[in-house]
Amino acid sequence: MEHSVISASNFNAWFGDNHAVKDVSIKIEKNQVIAVMGPSGCGKTTFLRCINRMHELIPGARSEGSLKLYADDVYTMNPIYVRYKIGMVFQRPNPFPNLSIYDNVVAGYKLNGLKMPKAEMDHIVQKSLTSAALWNEVKDSLHQKGTFLSGGQQQRLCIARAIAMEPEVILFDEPTSALDPISTSSIEALFHELKANYTLIIVTHNMQQAARVSDKTAFFYLGELVEFDNTRQMFTAPKDKRTQNYITGRFS
Amino acid sequence: MDARLKLRNTKSIVFKSIIIFLAFVITLPLIIILLYIIKQGVTQVNWHFLTHIPAPVGETGGGISNALLGSVIIVALSSLIAIPVGILAGIYLSENATTRLAYYAGLCVDVLQGVPSIVVGMVVYFWVVKPLGTFSALSGSVALAIMMLPIVIRSTEQTLKLLPDSLKEAALSLGVPYHRVILKVIVPCGFAGILSGIMLSVARIIGETAPLLFTAFGNPYLSAAITKPMQSLPLLIFNYATSPYDEWHNLAWGASFILLMFVLLLNIFTKLITRKWNIQL
Repeated sequence: MEHSVISASNFNAWFGDNHAVKDVSIKIEKNQVIAVMGPSGCGKTTFLRCINRMHELIPGARSEGSLKLYADDVYTMNPIYVRYKIGMVFQRPNPFPNLSIYDNVVAGYKLNGLKMPKAEMDHIVQKSLTSAALWNEVKDSLHQKGTFLSGGQQQRLCIARAIAMEPEVILFDEPTSALDPISTSSIEALFHELKANYTLIIVTHNMQQAARVSDKTAFFYLGELVEFDNTRQMFTAPKDKRTQNYITGRFS
Repeated sequence: MDARLKLRNTKSIVFKSIIIFLAFVITLPLIIILLYIIKQGVTQVNWHFLTHIPAPVGETGGGISNALLGSVIIVALSSLIAIPVGILAGIYLSENATTRLAYYAGLCVDVLQGVPSIVVGMVVYFWVVKPLGTFSALSGSVALAIMMLPIVIRSTEQTLKLLPDSLKEAALSLGVPYHRVILKVIVPCGFAGILSGIMLSVARIIGETAPLLFTAFGNPYLSAAITKPMQSLPLLIFNYATSPYDEWHNLAWGASFILLMFVLLLNIFTKLITRKWNIQL
């Protein structure tokens, strides 16, 4: 129990009348890469957005059940604190267009009005950009706007921005679906390095990607968590018929 | 077949010529007005003209310093009233577009934009001038602020609505509280649009005469007291152009030239700002 970073039990979420996530129970362990896959509209992104309480920002959205970060219920914590502890990277790279690369990395501190000595901030910027495998490409242009970077670089900038807050968990919502194959593979390589320090939960449409990068895979179908197991087990010998049909491409 | 093709080509050429010609024609009114005002007004303008108050009838010389100062004070004061209210209301309308309040508030903004300026002046006369017992620059500013509001509100709203939701999500996902998301991310990203709305609204009200007739009222002397009657450029033009004296007509031409230059420069600045500060998304 104690070693689960995220644990949900009988968790439900709705968009208005649409029951998007049904009775999901899952335990996610520390320093693992979890892939969440399933056909479009199966509730995987909704579930992801429930973890850092972004789901409730949509009008008409609500949720029920228990979702814990270690021993604390995420839904009784202050959402601002939840989002410090659980970072997020979105489908489309979304660096702040009004900020420089440097300021984008420390945006979590600056936008919250947290003051710190410049040396410490420099250190955070370098460390986060290095972890996101972007430091060498941007170290000479830190004070240019982040929007001049390529799509893949922008996405790594967004990862650096999430890392800078030192979260426990980083959520990725189809992080490579807007990127070309080269950028995709550089970000996939990143996942392997990041899991030493963080727990990663990655929603993906791409089954090969799930197989390549994850330790465990969760399969969602029509709002239910159908199967959650070691990735190798899941792709070689799925226990549920629906998982098998999905993996073999009988429906998508 | 060939003949038909030729006919269709000719039609296209004729149509294209007409729209090019009309695009050219619409620039003419402005050019003609500009040239005429410059011809009549530019000879009046010199340092003396800008720094002296109007001379009494029969004396030569005199200037428009009281109207210049008055216009600047009245417009600054109305901006002080209208800009914060307008931007905040615009933020509400863009953030909560689907609420009933937003629907009715938006409707009111549209209607407010259509209220004749003389009616605004009259209402402010009953609301501010009568209770205070005197015409004042302040009441004029209130009237002009009401004229400014719809432009500032709508331009803020439209600008912010164009910003992608992903920007807000990015900030929220970093644990930034809502008010800081708006003030530190959304408003800075829409800054060029908001500012250009403000500039256009200033350009719009700086030439308003009707709402000032029975609020700021006008004042032949230099005055910076906002609780006293104050002169402004359009009031001076109105009063002096309708007078029977040639010297006063010249003063009015000079003031028109200055006013027109203000508006022209504001518009050009606005264009430059939107081009230079527009943020690439």
